[in-house]
Amino acid sequence: MKNITIGDIVRGDQEIFPPYLYEAYQSTRRRAPMIPLINVPLTLSELTGPGPAISAITPEDADLTRNAGPGGEAIGQRIIVTGRVLDDLGNPVPNTLLEVWQANAAGRYLHKRDQWPGPLDPNFLGMGRCLTNEEGVYRFLTIRPGAYPWKNHPNAWRPSHIHFSVFGPAMVSRLVTQMYFPDDPLHALDPIMNAVPTENARKRLIAAYDHAVTEPEWALGYRWDIVVRGAYATPFELKEGGR
Amino acid sequence: MSTLPLTSSQTVGPFFGPALLREDAERHVLVQPETWGERIRIEGRVLDGDGLVVPDAMVEIWQANAHGRYNHPADQGAAALDETFLGSGRSGTDEEGNYWFETIKPGRVPFDRERLQAPHICVTVFSRGLLNHLATRMYFEDESTNAEDPILQYVPEERRSTLLARRDEREGKTIYRFDIIMQGTGETVFFNL
Repeated sequence: MKNITIGDIVRGDQEIFPPYLYEAYQSTRRRAPMIPLINVPLTLSELTGPGPAISAITPEDADLTRNAGPGGEAIGQRIIVTGRVLDDLGNPVPNTLLEVWQANAAGRYLHKRDQWPGPLDPNFLGMGRCLTNEEGVYRFLTIRPGAYPWKNHPNAWRPSHIHFSVFGPAMVSRLVTQMYFPDDPLHALDPIMNAVPTENARKRLIAAYDHAVTEPEWALGYRWDIVVRGAYATPFELKEGGR
Repeated sequence: MSTLPLTSSQTVGPFFGPALLREDAERHVLVQPETWGERIRIEGRVLDGDGLVVPDAMVEIWQANAHGRYNHPADQGAAALDETFLGSGRSGTDEEGNYWFETIKPGRVPFDRERLQAPHICVTVFSRGLLNHLATRMYFEDESTNAEDPILQYVPEERRSTLLARRDEREGKTIYRFDIIMQGTGETVFFNL
């Protein structure tokens, strides 16, 4: 390998998206492509994309505090996470699938590869999903995840975060990302978050505490909007003769 | 043109399986008995820059139906819609890095008013260590229209073979093998999407 420098290969907007290779995040070193991505015109294939293909989404799927089974309730600070999915022209993205997953209040994932000695919570699966409504609004009820230790470097801890998978209107909209919580001292120490190249883009991964979302005697409220690429062109606007 | 800055991307991490690969979220089989088209099985491995298999990746596919029509409102083409075919699939990789789908060979979709694209399937890869997903396309090695595909023209000729799935047959089934090499020798062509 020759002259590998951080930031060589970037997807899309360099101010916003991380480089594929970010050496401080060790797992990128053998998984980042080394040959620049190829720019191609968008076609019908990229301006279409999967719809909300999971048919049987229920309201219970958006309640991570109770979706582990009947009766039990997850332990932790109960929170509401809500916001809108928008395209970059500001249009709401309705009826799109969001899937979320997170550690429990102690920072432990329910996963066979997560073996650190944080306690499991039998009433918390740490996964949920919902569709946005006609205004692009989503809403989850969950518990605030704990910080999580990992082996990337000595004494490495991931800040509290919730993973989000979003489809949006087309292939160009597809996004997997993470939502963080405000005022977390671990932000500055986290190579995954700091792989995002600009402070503004990092800030947009942090939810805002919103007292208007908070419900009395029930749950704290956080607001976080997600902006995905819109499908601007239509097939009929594709230039004649292509390139 | 844009008014809102995009939300950045972060890795899917190592622990997405229970959420994204739950029984009713993973979709290996895209076809129903009534679905039109030639049945094919797609299988392959995801490999890293050391040539090691990637056991914690997720592969998603998106494709047109056998007539070359996407099941999506933005496709207003004349080709027939097949209500039994959504065209989207999702597979995790197993301990040997294998993913698989059972689907149909897609028809040709338009590139512009004059030209068609060769049959292809959009492939997206997610894993720990990928801060952004990877986007590529699977084409069919035995498809004569590859030579006139407008997107393949953007790919240096010596790298096009990384996008061609190899045809095989097993127990009377048509298999297309498509390995995804994230880095290094034989690195798969990835697109800036």
